[in-house]
Amino acid sequence: MSKVSEAEVRAEVRTWLAANWDAEMSLVVWRNKLADSGWGMPQWPEAWYGRGLPVGLARVVEEEFAEVGAVGVAKSGVRLLAAATLLEHGSDLQKKKFLRRILTGEDTWCQLFSEPGSGSDLAGATTRAELNGDYWIVNGQKVWTTSAHHADYGMLLARTDWDAPKHEGLSFFVIEIKQPGVDVQPLKQMNGHASFNQVFFTDAKVPPENLVARVGDGWKVAMTTLAHERRGADGLSAPSKRGSRTGRIYVEERAEIETANQPYRWYPQRAGRVDLVIERAKETGSNRDPHVRQEIARLMIMAKSAEWTARRARAAQQQGRPQGPEGSLGKLAASNVARAAAHVHTLITGAEAMLTGTGSPRDGIIAEILVSVPATSIAGGTDEIQRNIIAERVLGLPKEPRFDTGPFRKVRRN
Amino acid sequence: MSASDESRFEPVRRIQFAFTDEQEQFRSTIRRFLNDKSPTIEVRRLMGTADGYDPEVWRQLSEELALPGIQIPEQYGGAGFGMVELCIVTEELGRALLCAPYFSTTVLAANAILNAGTEAQKSTLLPDLASGARLATLAVTELNGHWDPREIELVATPVADGYLLDGVKSYIVDGHVADLLVVAARVPATVGHAGLALLTLRSNSGSVERRLLESMDATRKIARIDFRGAHADLLGSLDDGAKPLVRTLDQAAIALANEMVGGAQALFDSAVDYAKLRVQFGRTIGSFQAIKHKLADMLLEVELAKSAAYYAAQSAAADNPEWPALACLAKAAASETYLHTAAECIQIHGGIGFTWDNDTHLWYKRAKSSEVFLGQPNYHRELLMQRWGV
Repeated sequence: MSKVSEAEVRAEVRTWLAANWDAEMSLVVWRNKLADSGWGMPQWPEAWYGRGLPVGLARVVEEEFAEVGAVGVAKSGVRLLAAATLLEHGSDLQKKKFLRRILTGEDTWCQLFSEPGSGSDLAGATTRAELNGDYWIVNGQKVWTTSAHHADYGMLLARTDWDAPKHEGLSFFVIEIKQPGVDVQPLKQMNGHASFNQVFFTDAKVPPENLVARVGDGWKVAMTTLAHERRGADGLSAPSKRGSRTGRIYVEERAEIETANQPYRWYPQRAGRVDLVIERAKETGSNRDPHVRQEIARLMIMAKSAEWTARRARAAQQQGRPQGPEGSLGKLAASNVARAAAHVHTLITGAEAMLTGTGSPRDGIIAEILVSVPATSIAGGTDEIQRNIIAERVLGLPKEPRFDTGPFRKVRRN
Repeated sequence: MSASDESRFEPVRRIQFAFTDEQEQFRSTIRRFLNDKSPTIEVRRLMGTADGYDPEVWRQLSEELALPGIQIPEQYGGAGFGMVELCIVTEELGRALLCAPYFSTTVLAANAILNAGTEAQKSTLLPDLASGARLATLAVTELNGHWDPREIELVATPVADGYLLDGVKSYIVDGHVADLLVVAARVPATVGHAGLALLTLRSNSGSVERRLLESMDATRKIARIDFRGAHADLLGSLDDGAKPLVRTLDQAAIALANEMVGGAQALFDSAVDYAKLRVQFGRTIGSFQAIKHKLADMLLEVELAKSAAYYAAQSAAADNPEWPALACLAKAAASETYLHTAAECIQIHGGIGFTWDNDTHLWYKRAKSSEVFLGQPNYHRELLMQRWGV
């Protein structure tokens, strides 16, 4: 990769946008242009819809897009995790078949990792894939699958060898969701929403060319997906805010985001809605209670400090410094903030915290906070697993003794 | 939100979230110096002395590193850096638990003079502090132990050539060795913030009686000073009222927060090291989840408190209007974190952690004195709420 300056990149992307950006284009046509030009994923390799730019310069491109209000590639759901995984481990055939339609938004993806019997211990998956003639035949059950109800493809982690040790008997497949052997059912959560699915496989088929990497490499490939998941911001998609925002392409983008976000409207609430705390205290008059004031201050100190810790991690990364411990702490901090926020919202809300629904404070939002925050310390790795990771990888403490070595067939499981 | 969105909604002066390479080098230099000059054997030796510091180390720290004048402008003999560099110094001093009259001279007194003094006073008083030739301190608290300036009762009565101080100040850091005293007092018949003033006098003047108190944290000496008609000069003008004092205390809270996170980091490192060494039940105790999880939580708390301390320092340096509120935030966060880290560090050490020979208690006691010094966390949390308009 030749070394280019920020000014050069800025000038080049500006010229390209001036010549190509048109808000009256269809979303798919525009995104195909992005894929062809490499400006949609500038940090990706040039061979695969990118320009091979370092992350810092990719941000410059993002800024220039925002400046004119240009829409970017499709980013909702787990599509970019799938793309990152395929970029690293996929065959050229797979990259050619899947990457472009991920970026254009034509295909939606889901991640088929968690199972009822293996949550934190993801490598204990027991969904099986067996090569039978021309196809891999898949049987088993996955759970907590985001977007499965409208997904075209899934990243599937399945056991292909029961005599190998736990982590070595897994393989990674791309499976078509819309086929007779795949049954997607919504999973209702304690907060009443059904944002995830259970996916049942009964003799579902996967063609051999959809095996990613080699048989037995599944864990390694899934770790790539998870690494990108941890790195990426977890949250709702949002359109860019500048530019005129009128034109066909924006209408299509809004519809896409609406569909993607629909099941996850409670996500801000699971994080505790710290943003509402002070105005709620003022509107209820509890800001006059010295104890409540102390608790609000405690919460705000924690929330602000967590925010600045994330900024420190990003600043260090941008300066090319080795990542310090501050980069591994975000998830644990978010759990603490969410719990503390629910506690403070309860203090502020008083007896009305016993109510739910549209007749309850803030049209049910407060109640939704109280029944949604338990998800924060579980989803995407429980607090306990996060603490293990921090202790072992950041602090270098020894691992726990293991009881799951040897052939997986003989390992105790649910 | 994209990076570009953030950059546009930032306050006018951008807050830096990473130290510059020069600042990191500065930190390494100080750390090397302190590793050499302030091993715990030295800390323990100085704890037992009446003065509480080693004049030779103070001389080196002044001449070789120019630390006493780090934030004092060059025109007054200082190094001309700002709050960020000052806080790097205090963080490293807190980490090494250096016994030296730094917080009193540089953080409290020099900042008070910078905030309140006239041009002539700054030119007269600061060069000796910047060079380390003279020690100074700021006397705020009285026998009631309040850090809120409105609680100040000591009276400064105007006379022909200055003021006469009457009253008692206590809990004065390094008050027993300071050559120059900056005293917060009020003119007669005033209450609250009105009528507050800062005054200076030599500690060897008549009518000043100094007494070293027996401090639980022997690494930070505190004194009581009785003023009985002691002659003092007004620093700056009465028109400024409490502003220079409040500003000085806010700056001090930020510097102390940084000192505290330095100490908390030292404790945390020692807890991790011990967890890797200590064997029970045939395993290092660091292999037990009970210990691992405790350490992960400690790391989180220390990093969060550091972020608050750093952000407050950067905000003060950038003169972000929010910085006085952030001073409260950082002080409250660091106080709780330091003490909690100290208590957990003792817990992880087990029985040995409760012995005098183990070094943990040195930092535990500094954590305890720092928790109270400049106001306890609940005081700062309430002040934060007020400053945020809640």
